[in-house]
Amino acid sequence: MSSTPPGAPLPPEPLPTGDRRSRILWGGTHVEGRRAVLIALASTVVFFTVLIVVVVNSPGWDEFSAKFLDGEQFLESLPGIRRAFLVNIQLFLIAETIVLVLALIVAVLRSLPGPVFFPIRILTAAYTDLFRGIPTVLVIYTLGLGAPALQIQGIPKSPFFWAVVSLVLVYTAYVAEVYRAGIESVHESQVAAARSLGLSRWQSTRYVVLPQAIRRIVPPLLNDFLGLQKDTALVALIGVIEAFRQAQIDSSATFNYTPFLACALYFVLITIPLARLIDWLVARDRRRRQAGAAA
Amino acid sequence: MTEAVRIEGLHKSFDSLEVLRGIDLTVDDHEVVGLIGASGSGKSTLLRCLDLLEAVDRGRIWIEGVEITAPDVDVDAIRRRIAIVFQSFNLFPHMTVVDNVTLAPRKVLGLSDDAARERARELLDRFGLGDKRDDYPDRLSGGQQQRVAIVRAMAMGPDLLLLDEVTSALDPVLVAEVLDVIRELAASGITMVIATHEMGFARDVAHRVAFLDEGRLLEVGPPERIFSAPREEATRRFLDRIMAAGRM
Repeated sequence: MSSTPPGAPLPPEPLPTGDRRSRILWGGTHVEGRRAVLIALASTVVFFTVLIVVVVNSPGWDEFSAKFLDGEQFLESLPGIRRAFLVNIQLFLIAETIVLVLALIVAVLRSLPGPVFFPIRILTAAYTDLFRGIPTVLVIYTLGLGAPALQIQGIPKSPFFWAVVSLVLVYTAYVAEVYRAGIESVHESQVAAARSLGLSRWQSTRYVVLPQAIRRIVPPLLNDFLGLQKDTALVALIGVIEAFRQAQIDSSATFNYTPFLACALYFVLITIPLARLIDWLVARDRRRRQAGAAA
Repeated sequence: MTEAVRIEGLHKSFDSLEVLRGIDLTVDDHEVVGLIGASGSGKSTLLRCLDLLEAVDRGRIWIEGVEITAPDVDVDAIRRRIAIVFQSFNLFPHMTVVDNVTLAPRKVLGLSDDAARERARELLDRFGLGDKRDDYPDRLSGGQQQRVAIVRAMAMGPDLLLLDEVTSALDPVLVAEVLDVIRELAASGITMVIATHEMGFARDVAHRVAFLDEGRLLEVGPPERIFSAPREEATRRFLDRIMAAGRM
């Protein structure tokens, strides 16, 4: 992906998001052969056996398994939670789409050079600092309960709307910083080359800087989206009936906590493929860079 | 002959470091000027000032009679007519060779895709890169990358070509293929200012050689005279050092 002429500064390494996890899972085992596989297998079996024995023999285990691991409850709550989980999916699909665009705009605005744009840089910096600093749950509470209470004509009152707004506000701040890191990782000699060919500042950004920046930030960007997907559970607090809220409802009807397990399952089902995708992208990028360096 | 470039009293500092201390130079149309001098003498900065990649502190520059240091000048319009090739190639790594070459003609000159590709094809064929058209830069050797960079610059049809130590980042075996390209360009009559450490090449190709020492042009003259009978002590010392290093 990146050409590295001798003497030129090395392109910055893409952030190794997800990389460590893949190494824990696969690192070295097939390289060092059968013996290593057997050791890994044995140690895994021993470790988990000990863990299970300890947990199962804990004093409160019987009560715990009845409250949290009720198979019947589990199957009963699955369909309802699945329906509710569609709301989570809607939430994060809408939010992610908006975040993707909005964060890019914020990042580009923050990268504008020159004294004229100082107020814009200050504003965008204040925004990202603020919304990365405030706990997501507070943003959701404040907007979800506060904004409709203003009773301003034309402002939507639906909790779903304010849930999306809150998630977008928080995650745009994060993702804008990811974009900005990507933009700044493109060496200024690329801009010099583009400008020297007569491309305007905007054209240089559009055709030369952003395509390279975005390629580099795909893994950390998807990582933030994992966070967003999980945080859709927080909007239960302002009355959106999504998977977590549904699990709460089921649970309080039966005094059993198993529905939460079912809820967790859906979140994991959706995040694991994305996590694997991130690993794959990171690995592909590493392969490409190595191929590039060897050529 | 008409003037392609006129530089008067050019000064440029980076913080407290004065890199250019009053440069005066004119370059005629179709002339090739070789810029020589030690590293840090200001060669690159001078070229970058000519392409307005660095803001000029003091002094004036005219390109083809138009003052580019005037305050209300259209920077993009000027850069369109001046091309610069860098030591480290600076190809766009996310684009194929042909996209590298056609980007500016399409976006800046407004050429159609077909017209830009046609122009790129001609130039790439001419410089022996026809079969590399669809490769990404990291698949090419340094010499090939630098030739692509030259083709990319030439695709804009510039009035003036600036070459900033274009062979310095290359393996010695790859230097020749790039120098051949530059020789051909010189023969085709394009105006060039070439900053280089290749003294033999400067002697061959340049009509005049300018020796830059600590931000001043100490002497400018035909290569035969500069290389065999330098007037300035500093030039002599520089050439002796080059000779001792076996670079001549």
